[in-house]
Amino acid sequence: MPTSLEFANRLREKFGEALSAPTEFRGEVTLTVMDPARISEVCQEAKEACGFDLLVDLTGVDNYGEEPRWTVVYELYGLDHRCHLRLKTSVGEAVSELPTVCRVWRGAIWHEREAYDMLGIRFQGHPDLRRILMWEGYPYFPLRKDFPLAGKPSEVPDVAFTKPAPLEGGPFVTVAGGIDSIVREPRVRTLEGQD
Amino acid sequence: MATVKDIQFLDSAARPGVAAGTLTESSFGAGGDAESADQVVGEKMVLNMGPSHPSTHGVLRVVLELDGETITRADPDIGFLHRGDEKIAENMTYNQFVPYTDRLDYLAPLANNVAYAMAVEKLMGLELPLRGQYIRTICCELARVSAHLLGLGAFAMDVGALTVFMHTFTEREKVYNLAERLTGARFTTSYTRVGGQTRDLPLGWLDGVRKFCDEVLVTIEEADQLLTRNRIWMDRTRSVGVISGVDALDFGLTGPNLRASGVNYDVRKATPYLLYDQLDFEVPVGSVGDCYDRYLVRMEEMRQSVRLLRQCADRIPGGGENAHQEPINVADGKVFLPPKEKVLTRMEELIHQFMLVTQGVNAPAGEVYFGAENPKGELGFYIQSRGGGTPYRLKIRAPSFCNLSILAHCLPGHMISDVTAILGSFDFVMGECDR
Amino acid sequence: MTTTEFGYNSKIEGDVVFSQLDAALAWFRENSLWPMPMGLACCAIELMASGASRFDIARFGSEVMRFSPRQSDVMIVAGTVTYKMAGAVKRIYDQMAEPKWVIAMGACASTGGMYRSYAVLQGVDTIIPVDVYIAGCPPRPEALLDGLMKLQKKVSRQPVVRDLMITSALRKAPKAPGGVVIGQESAVTHA
Repeated sequence: MPTSLEFANRLREKFGEALSAPTEFRGEVTLTVMDPARISEVCQEAKEACGFDLLVDLTGVDNYGEEPRWTVVYELYGLDHRCHLRLKTSVGEAVSELPTVCRVWRGAIWHEREAYDMLGIRFQGHPDLRRILMWEGYPYFPLRKDFPLAGKPSEVPDVAFTKPAPLEGGPFVTVAGGIDSIVREPRVRTLEGQD
Repeated sequence: MATVKDIQFLDSAARPGVAAGTLTESSFGAGGDAESADQVVGEKMVLNMGPSHPSTHGVLRVVLELDGETITRADPDIGFLHRGDEKIAENMTYNQFVPYTDRLDYLAPLANNVAYAMAVEKLMGLELPLRGQYIRTICCELARVSAHLLGLGAFAMDVGALTVFMHTFTEREKVYNLAERLTGARFTTSYTRVGGQTRDLPLGWLDGVRKFCDEVLVTIEEADQLLTRNRIWMDRTRSVGVISGVDALDFGLTGPNLRASGVNYDVRKATPYLLYDQLDFEVPVGSVGDCYDRYLVRMEEMRQSVRLLRQCADRIPGGGENAHQEPINVADGKVFLPPKEKVLTRMEELIHQFMLVTQGVNAPAGEVYFGAENPKGELGFYIQSRGGGTPYRLKIRAPSFCNLSILAHCLPGHMISDVTAILGSFDFVMGECDR
Repeated sequence: MTTTEFGYNSKIEGDVVFSQLDAALAWFRENSLWPMPMGLACCAIELMASGASRFDIARFGSEVMRFSPRQSDVMIVAGTVTYKMAGAVKRIYDQMAEPKWVIAMGACASTGGMYRSYAVLQGVDTIIPVDVYIAGCPPRPEALLDGLMKLQKKVSRQPVVRDLMITSALRKAPKAPGGVVIGQESAVTHA
């Protein structure tokens, strides 16, 4: 039975320097795709040649303060060989665009819509890139690190208001995580954007 | 699994043709006039179903474009229950997030708690003692029975069989009683923590589980007799909402929906976690992928869960009373709260308690993904940690989100009345889908 | 107090009861409150449980859960109201016929609950008037039934006939200078 590491090396052989060396943590193998424009090729190869037929998850991560700002993580699984593989690719804020993997797995349609809705990452070639969890016309991207948890006032159709949630400096008055997380996440603690 | 060869059914491809044919024939006499038929059949109607609708199982909105009674396009609109869980998670310690996991798939909160705790423990590299793992397995399987009971009850209620709903809810009350004895809450249990559980099994709880197993099998049989060979039920669910295995896999379906389409993927068997590799159970797999198959798969899964519950109840180390004080939690004071008598008398445990409560578990930097077989499908947590007590990014891979993505592909070609049957058979939960 | 309890004259055999019209009408109303379940999240499951056989909300007169706003009396907002959903909740509340009441079931409907985030309306009372708040996350079915009983008490205090008389008097009243008439709605709002 091939292992995830073997599949990672197989992909690396095919794509050469476009993929980084595989890293392992807690038994999981992660491959970073250095050139984001090739992500859908890599995914295609992973599905067809290596048998990763299930796209388990597609996540966007905001590396606020680092460049490139967006990392998109693809979690793959193959039913026959029962291996997981993680592909990651990063793209800068100035570009904020990646090729879509909808042609490889149609389940990515909704996942990419969510990544767009929450973070603002666009996907080239996506058939229907619009907001999925927030309403059409919501002006912000909520999961970005510089967007406060309490939210910012905006217009809602029919109700015509949103107000920031009363966090009282919180959330929940006491600060979770101690000193470390304040240093890490200063923006969610500050009251910018609130009255 | 029952097979019925004497009932005629149409596959979904033939349905629109038949519908259009009957319209032209009946409205315009024999040998219908094609030209005038077109004039009548021309305009398509857009119907908005939801978000407040009795059959959408929560707040789902489906915008249907109809040609007469047949659906030509369907556009599900989700997000009416988007509460911002993932952003909240970035501000909370790992243990503080447990109550939010209850409310994801709120039909099976114990299973969500276990899945989340296991994801964080994978990140930390912890392994629970055996008794703790048995307790978690029992919780997962109880949650599975409870969720399927409600899923089937609601599905039957939408299709019209109200009695089944009442029966299954009575059984669910028994699960609630057990959960209340174990955790303190009927549902929204918040039972697990990183590194273990909040409390051990109460006295007599396992006997209650065994008694419940006996009783729930009776109810499953009753529901079976009411529905499985019922002519109306079969007419409404056979060959309705057929999803091929290839499509299901492509759209990321998991759980009973995927297995009903013929794909044998169960996380408990494929990449076993907890004790599933040591326990004896079967995974039901369907063949056609219609609503009837999804119903049958869930019924059989309940029976298999009862089988698992009985095995766990018999084999748990320490038994029902745990007289030998078998540990259920990880013994590391830096991960799991130390016992109170030590916290109040000794310095080291006091410091551990303080650090854990104020700053949380100190997770290493790294990223993990852990997927568990929840009643709805594969519930996965992707946690990216950069050290410290709070995650940098927590993504919840919700099975209902992926299950619903196939609606736009699956609904066209059916009649409006089939929509409730299809939605009911998918058994999704909006709390999980929207997070 | 505008209403009194029934006075049953036991000297008269049979079915003669003396009471105020208000008391009788309020009694009819309070014992047949048909809920419109605005079941949004987890509280909806406890709402369903209270409608199922163990807790049986039908005992209290809420015989059917009418999903149609036109046919129901009380809207039970059960679950988290998000900003996206708020417009629909308000619209459905507006479609309900008078007299109507609202029960905010659970922490999320009352105040936003533990979801203090960008997408959650911090309490449904910011868009519709709430009569009874039920605490809990989720509240037990017994708590919901207790809330329903409190609502029944509130309904029993409502001066039905007096309100109707005021309303009809207002309709005949001349318009005040400025052309604004006190709306009938405000006269029939909840005491």
